[in-house]
Amino acid sequence: MSSHHESIIREPLITGENITYAKVTEDVLVPVENKANKAWWIGFTIAALGALMWVVAVSYTFWTGIGAWGLNKTVGWAWDITGFVWWVGIGHAGTLISAVLLLFRQNWRNSINRSAEAMTIFAVICAATYVISHMGRPWLAYWPLPLPNQFGSLWVNFNSPLVWDVFAISTYFSVSLVFWYTGLLPDIATIRDRATGLRRKVYSILSFGWNGSVKTWQRFEAVSLILAGVSTPLVLSVHTIVSFDFATSVIPGWHTTIFPPYFVAGAIFSGFAMVQTLLLIARKVMNFENYITMFHIESMNKIIIVTGSIVGVAYLTELFIAWYSGAEYEQYAFLNRVSGPYWWAYWSMMTCNVISPQLFWFKKIRTSIAASWILSIVVNIGMWFERFVIIVTSLHRDYLPSSWVMFYPSWVDVAVFVGSIGLFFTLFLLFLRFLPAIAMAEVKLLVKTSSEQSKKALIKAGKVDKEHAKFYVESLDKYDSVNQADYAKI
Amino acid sequence: MSKVKYILGHFADPDEMLHGIDKLQQNNIPVYDVFTPMPIHGIEDKLGVKRSRLPIAAFCFGATGTLTAFAMIYYMMVHDWPMNIGGKPAFAIPDFVPIMFELTVLFGAFGMVGTFFYKNHLFPGRAPRVMDLRATHDRFIIAIDAQEIKDAKKVEGLLKEAGAVEVLHNERKYVSYE
Repeated sequence: MSSHHESIIREPLITGENITYAKVTEDVLVPVENKANKAWWIGFTIAALGALMWVVAVSYTFWTGIGAWGLNKTVGWAWDITGFVWWVGIGHAGTLISAVLLLFRQNWRNSINRSAEAMTIFAVICAATYVISHMGRPWLAYWPLPLPNQFGSLWVNFNSPLVWDVFAISTYFSVSLVFWYTGLLPDIATIRDRATGLRRKVYSILSFGWNGSVKTWQRFEAVSLILAGVSTPLVLSVHTIVSFDFATSVIPGWHTTIFPPYFVAGAIFSGFAMVQTLLLIARKVMNFENYITMFHIESMNKIIIVTGSIVGVAYLTELFIAWYSGAEYEQYAFLNRVSGPYWWAYWSMMTCNVISPQLFWFKKIRTSIAASWILSIVVNIGMWFERFVIIVTSLHRDYLPSSWVMFYPSWVDVAVFVGSIGLFFTLFLLFLRFLPAIAMAEVKLLVKTSSEQSKKALIKAGKVDKEHAKFYVESLDKYDSVNQADYAKI
Repeated sequence: MSKVKYILGHFADPDEMLHGIDKLQQNNIPVYDVFTPMPIHGIEDKLGVKRSRLPIAAFCFGATGTLTAFAMIYYMMVHDWPMNIGGKPAFAIPDFVPIMFELTVLFGAFGMVGTFFYKNHLFPGRAPRVMDLRATHDRFIIAIDAQEIKDAKKVEGLLKEAGAVEVLHNERKYVSYE
């Protein structure tokens, strides 16, 4: 299998000279096997301070109750649920990359799946903290579980999407964690076999005794494929159920059947944007340019433009249906979104999510690292506004005009949100430092077939059609990690 | 009788290693196991390793999850304490579906991965039984039980002929123990 050469006109997935199996290991393990550099310490310090702020703000919330937040009688859900949905949405790209792209045999996932899955897990942790803290009495957080209790037993209401959400999010988190960790085992074993002393002992425990025998790999592959198969509907179900939290209520602006696909597309959209935000920096700081190439960046940008457009169509559909429904309250909810006191939130959302990703139609922008990074941040901001618009603008003008209010966040709201970003980055930076950020075993599969080096050797040997070779060399133009001059000689 | 327990053929290239397995098998030399840093398709067929039955296990665990969810919700919502919610039926099957699905995935995934770990003796803290430390790094290693062969020289020759970069004659089975 490994001797099979893929078509020359496909862009290479690994660039660089002298890529061998040993070099893949050594390149990927540089941050794990060496002392952290300054950039890491600076990033980690800032992130840890953010996480500390999160601890303070969440502790304060637990101590005083959710009166610490800016909520009022009319707006009972605001930044907390906005933050929750935002993080859960971000947490969708990892499983999408590892599961859906595996089923579609997209080999470019091999070098980004590990960090995307890690990001998923950390994002879901951030989301879960919002769920716990918005309950007000976190020590009663077990109440949504169907446990025998002293009330009768009065069971939880299984007709409620909030109960479905408990099952969906906890299943999603635990299955993603298992998927991620199983994939990590062979790579942890690599670290173990190269380490000595205490490091070896620690990684030995973490490696579960992996040895890479035939039967282990065979079962590993079966497990990966089936986990991908079950995770695909799982990832779609999770955000569908999150959208049910809104769609099954009777609040104008929430009670719409379009929500499940609209939320799922938005989740993939924001998830890929976050992967871009993280990996564009990681590839630079950790010298992964040869593994996370311009092809990867461009592919992710293409997914962002597709999902961004789906989200755009959903926004317009919502507006159209609100008008077409003839229901006054529904119409007013949307009129209020577009032109009410929160017009700026609505138009920020529209600009960031619908208009700016369309810039990716230009190849120059799609293959520019700086532009991709800035647009990925813009998308993240836009997706936060989307949830804010859905939640706060639908609630702040309710049934009685006498109770119409605005929502003003308190310092605790802001600190919990900014702090959760700090928590996320703390976990992500620890991951980069202690675990291989690229799935080495999976990237090694590509060395013989899809690397620039092997394709160059084919061209050199004159084994490919001249036209095809020319097309291939032209496609390398966008890569920042390829020296085009090498090909002029051949 | 020499003290050599295992002969290890180190290959730098997976295709040469597959070729090495062929060579050995043509000469009726049994292969003990093969250790690789990445999954190599085609070894299982050559070594006659049977197809994994984990998918069947996954299905059974998944089905258990579906039934568990249904039984639990039915017991709680219909049998034990039916609630009157706007006069709607307590046995509302469509509302059961999301959790039945989630538990199918949960049981299927955990059951399958648990079976995988159990069958391969993978658990935290297990002493790694590694025959060569480079098998997780950059070498594709064929292990041959030295007790089962007569002519170690011939085996070495065959492995070298197939492209082995190194052939080790180990007196210990596992190098990972101190």
